Amino acid sequence: MADEVAILGVGMHPWGKWGRKFVEYGVKACRDALEDAGVEWKEIQFVSGADTMRCGYPGYVAGATFAQALGWNGARVASSYSACASGATALNTARMQILAGFCDVALVVGGDTTPKGFLAPQSGDRPDDPDWLRFRLMGATNPTYFALYARRRMEIYGATESDFAKVKVKNSRHGLSNPNARYRKEFTEEEVLGSPMVADPLRLFEICATSDGAAALVLSSMEYARKRATAPVRVAAISTVTPQFPSSIVELPDIATDSAYSVPVPDNTFRGSVATAAYTEAGIGAEDLDLAEVYDLSSAMELDWYEDIGICKRGEAEKLLNDGDTTIGGRIPVNPSGGLACFGEAVPAQAIAQVCELTWQLRGKAGERQVEGAKAGLTANQGLFGHGSSVILKK
Amino acid sequence: MSEVKKRVPAVEGWFTMDEEQPRLLGSRCKSCGTYFFPKESFFCKNPNCAGAEFDEVPLSPMGKLWSFTNNCYAAPAPFIAPDPFVPYAIAAVELAEERMVVLGQMAEGTEVGDLKAGMEVELVLEKLYEDDASEYMVWRWKPVAA
Repeated sequence: MADEVAILGVGMHPWGKWGRKFVEYGVKACRDALEDAGVEWKEIQFVSGADTMRCGYPGYVAGATFAQALGWNGARVASSYSACASGATALNTARMQILAGFCDVALVVGGDTTPKGFLAPQSGDRPDDPDWLRFRLMGATNPTYFALYARRRMEIYGATESDFAKVKVKNSRHGLSNPNARYRKEFTEEEVLGSPMVADPLRLFEICATSDGAAALVLSSMEYARKRATAPVRVAAISTVTPQFPSSIVELPDIATDSAYSVPVPDNTFRGSVATAAYTEAGIGAEDLDLAEVYDLSSAMELDWYEDIGICKRGEAEKLLNDGDTTIGGRIPVNPSGGLACFGEAVPAQAIAQVCELTWQLRGKAGERQVEGAKAGLTANQGLFGHGSSVILKK
Repeated sequence: MSEVKKRVPAVEGWFTMDEEQPRLLGSRCKSCGTYFFPKESFFCKNPNCAGAEFDEVPLSPMGKLWSFTNNCYAAPAPFIAPDPFVPYAIAAVELAEERMVVLGQMAEGTEVGDLKAGMEVELVLEKLYEDDASEYMVWRWKPVAA
């Protein structure tokens, strides 16, 4: 088991399409997190930024960008990029600084401003870049990959379009009262199934949108926290493991999987291994969780996650959903925040936002979406190029 | 009547231009036998292998459908969408000998409603897009007639 650090404060800028600079969103989230923590900005010793690739140079040096925007205070900075897992990597960077004794209190922040429509590769001819090639040669968008996974569930487990739609219905109800969610509208199964088909079998209302937003955390040593807060929420694990060769599921943005000719496929999936590493680090298992925030890039992918984080066996996710187990009030609520279905994705902020939600839940301050008696929660997230993350928080 | 345009690959060195029996071109580690597509030419990606030499090998021209989807909207650039746009299917295909899954568009006219995982498909070459001088060809997967 790893040593723990404390989450003293959390803050978010609401998700949406606000059309302003990502820096503004991030500063708002930081100020809220600092206020929540009761920590002055000048006391922060380390700023850990999660990068955005879409907002020019300031986005690549996010740690410094936010530190300057808040008013240079001499803190050390770092900037992390690991696709959709960037926020968790930034969190882990801050944790390492604290656990190594280099600082007592750190600020973790990610924010993004996004264009409309499909996420597209960077411009210019780059025939050596798999991300460029998958668009050029196949027109394979991110939803294409999500759809391949969804269809696979239908083919091997008998999942139905109705099952997938019900994930969206559940998450839309969860997110209704979340002030930071972008979409606060209750959807019926008929409305979901009546939305345009984007990548068969996935429809428009089942695919994660791109959003503007920002999230921030104030992280500290347990010793520092004892002077500031009683029983703060603790970070028990941060997993950012990479896949094991040979990876047998075609991952974004690849055109083929590894070959299993000379090495057998590992027992666990990549997503499963991300969660397993977090459980090992925290010294708990799936049976100890009270809730989870998972990366529902599509409605169907939430079902894959149920199995990957071990809250049900392979092929049983549809039953878990349909029994109401993953609804607030059920055995193990999943995405009580509303998930990506209600937020859309603000890439560098999203893994941090998942941790904000768990923090509110474990504090018992999640309002109408509160999971009663929540004491332990897990986040799970996955991105391009072998990135993924899972964070476990305890009360 | 216009001249017949030159047919060129949309990406260099990924497949043969044999229109009757096209093959994807992968590489194979001389030390451990692992296959790679697209080709690997520097270091073997098997973490147990120190290999750095490869043979170029044609991959199996047939495989089994692992999964599939129909794209109902055009992808953004650098994809060059047909005008007028028609939805296009994409398949993930398992190659038995290579023990890998390779993506690709499905052949024009593929009825997505007729597809099932496990169906046999074969490699074909079709036009991806064209300009004034050339037709740019790409590999696609086509269901094998029962």
